Amino acid sequence: MKALLIDFGSTFTKATLADLEPPGLIGTFRAPTTADTDLMDGFHRAIEGFSPEQLDGIAVKRASSSAAGGLKIAAVGLVPQLTVKAAREAALGAGARVVAACAYTLTEDEIRKIKDLKPDLLLLAGGTDGGDKRTILENAARIAESELSAPVVVAGNKAAAPQAEAILKDKVSRVVVTGNVMPDINVLAVEPARRAIRELYLQEITKAKGWEHVQKQVGLAMPTPLAVMKAGELCGKVRGEEIMIVDVGGATTDIHSFADGAPKRSGCILKGLPEPFIKRTVEGDLGMRVSLRSLLEVISAKGLPAEIPFAASDGEMAAFIDRVSSDRGSLARNEREKHFDRAFAVACIREALRRHAGTVTEAYTPEGKLWVQSGKDLTEVEMLIATGGALVFADDPGSLLKAGLRPDDPLSLTPRRPRLALDHQYTLYAVGLLADLYPEAAEMLLKETLLSLGEV
Amino acid sequence: MPGNNRIILGVIGSDVHAVGNKILEMSFQEAGFKVINLGVMVSQEEFIHAAIESSAGAILVSSLYGHGEMDCRGLREKCREAGLGDILLYVGGNLVVGKRTFSEVDQQFKKMGFDRVYPPGTLPEEAIAELKRDLDL
Repeated sequence: MKALLIDFGSTFTKATLADLEPPGLIGTFRAPTTADTDLMDGFHRAIEGFSPEQLDGIAVKRASSSAAGGLKIAAVGLVPQLTVKAAREAALGAGARVVAACAYTLTEDEIRKIKDLKPDLLLLAGGTDGGDKRTILENAARIAESELSAPVVVAGNKAAAPQAEAILKDKVSRVVVTGNVMPDINVLAVEPARRAIRELYLQEITKAKGWEHVQKQVGLAMPTPLAVMKAGELCGKVRGEEIMIVDVGGATTDIHSFADGAPKRSGCILKGLPEPFIKRTVEGDLGMRVSLRSLLEVISAKGLPAEIPFAASDGEMAAFIDRVSSDRGSLARNEREKHFDRAFAVACIREALRRHAGTVTEAYTPEGKLWVQSGKDLTEVEMLIATGGALVFADDPGSLLKAGLRPDDPLSLTPRRPRLALDHQYTLYAVGLLADLYPEAAEMLLKETLLSLGEV
Repeated sequence: MPGNNRIILGVIGSDVHAVGNKILEMSFQEAGFKVINLGVMVSQEEFIHAAIESSAGAILVSSLYGHGEMDCRGLREKCREAGLGDILLYVGGNLVVGKRTFSEVDQQFKKMGFDRVYPPGTLPEEAIAELKRDLDL
């Protein structure tokens, strides 16, 4: 019995073939993604690498996708630091890209902006259970009037949710009411919303994207980031360790952490909304190709890291940037260009880790000095897994990671001494796709793909 | 808002006195309030954000370390700015240091927009009774 696991990435369509009993990796191949014509074209080209005998006896086909912009969600809540943040966490945890996050009553301008961004789904939160009703109802009414047709998940005040559903019914393609993302102040409950998003993805969104046939033929099951997240979850469970995944791509840098993030130092008080055990952040301005210009804006303030061992003229670098940011498939052509790519990758890792991890600040009280932590303390994370084209195909991913992990800010709670591993077969997504159905085969694939890169 | 029993509780500023805060939480809960306790070291913004999301009827501020006047200044104005105009504001504890009578302190905080001000040693029952009256419970 074999399983064929496919990922329709933004650049490449990857196919992994594995034996289920006894578990074993048969091989992986890839071909450029064909989102502009038919996704299945790229799939057929990718599996050309396998022999007909190898493709015989496939019992399970499952696929993930981040093609055509991935799963795009607009999150709406009440207070930015509370229900908007909770709604964002829920959307990110479902493997989505949050294209807009709006607080308080939606303005006409915001509605227009959301329409332009063409989200696949709206996540409507606001109010704790029994708390504020006015804003979520007003926002439901504005969405109903707006001719936004995307499905809506209502995950706000339970006392207002049925009314919000009634307002939206027949106005949008589908309304699903689920548990509040913040049932009480400073209580995060993202699981019900994540599940609702997942179900809508299978039932509505693949259809809306014109991928019904993909779903039928290869079992399109989830957005790629969710597959990667499931792989990380499995890895953490199998090893009984706190782990992180860093995924550097052309358009975004994703970070996942599987750790409780509680304060590790004594005399430390935790403030703000609690963080989910499985936390994912997506940095849309940190990427190696499509987002290269925004990356440069971010790092120019700090100066390009000292990863370029020679004096590069502004012109030389600008020419490289022009070439690769317009053609997302293009690679570095010589040693000097490779050094540029290296510097960009290090900058992506460093900045994305910094944004994902929590911080501590000193506070002086009459009782003496205290530490106040916000966000997750990831300093004791035991293992860091690297994936994404920029790292998988790098010449020396270990030294890239070490450079990206070098702490430049002692108050930022990034991992200090994790063991490093590389998803060198680029099959982490396949691990996630198999994790629920065939955990043993998934574990085998995980072992097969993780290549140790030593310690920091 | 008559009939609204949701209240926000917390110790303001850099104050870390946690024991009284727990006692207040238990007392108000037993008296039938839905208590949203933000704990110690709570900023004005955190009180306001919590009150907006939970549509609370009152904010109860404690301050034990003598900086209450500084920490509480501007809270009423920010509440108005955030659309919480009529929310009840209670404050209690060792609100100031120095030689001032409680009636001076009381006046001072009322001027700052607080509805009720309590000196050290006040029993929770006193504030509970007044809060029930103020909230029409």
